[in-house]
Amino acid sequence: MAQIIIPTPLRKFTNNQAKIDSNKNTVQAAIEDLAKQYPNFQKHLLDEAGQIHPFIKIFVGEDDILDLDKEQTTLENNTIVSIIPAIAGGSYNYYNLLK
Amino acid sequence: MNYTVLITPESKDLIQQHLELGYPNEACGFLLGEDHGESRTIQEVIAVPNVQKGDQKRRFAIAPLDYIQAERIALEKGLQLLGIYHSHPNHPALPSIHDLQQALPFFSYFIWSVQDRHATKLTSWRLNEQLQEFEEEKILVLTYSI
Repeated sequence: MAQIIIPTPLRKFTNNQAKIDSNKNTVQAAIEDLAKQYPNFQKHLLDEAGQIHPFIKIFVGEDDILDLDKEQTTLENNTIVSIIPAIAGGSYNYYNLLK
Repeated sequence: MNYTVLITPESKDLIQQHLELGYPNEACGFLLGEDHGESRTIQEVIAVPNVQKGDQKRRFAIAPLDYIQAERIALEKGLQLLGIYHSHPNHPALPSIHDLQQALPFFSYFIWSVQDRHATKLTSWRLNEQLQEFEEEKILVLTYSI
């Protein structure tokens, strides 16, 4: 079983579970399965084309899957998969807070 | 929803020092503490590098490994990762469209305006229930340490 670590701000979509076991063999299959189990989580995980959302990074252990086999990175027993939300912002182009 | 964020004086001072040191670039870090529903208490902060490629005066980004580390530290200390702080150098303490696009549920977003290396106005924001707009949170500085 691989173990998927859910980031704190997205745990509301997994019934506040921080860790979820997965018996899938690849990152793509594990993420799709997670989205299927928790439908409200899906829009944060996958884009409209069913690909891993661009605002999400997936790390296997300490490695970005983009440096491995991307979505087809294989999962083994005891593999730790981290879902990492992109954390970024900026100080221009303010939106209308008064609407 | 009317949310309130309590913060220890030490944590507030550490954030202020970090953001003023980072001027004129944006600086950023994590907020750790305990969540109580409509209120939460920030007890610790973790300063991390701004890894934004390009113009760091108007943009910030946090490295994925720093995010993983912050989650681990929170777990080790029995705290929760409650949000992010960052500066707006020479700009107001208001969220930008870019802040909104990247915002996550549950997190508090501290934005501190820094003018000529002096931190001026601090605000905090959280996504509303529909996850579409920011709502401002009230910030209260505790008079005691935790």
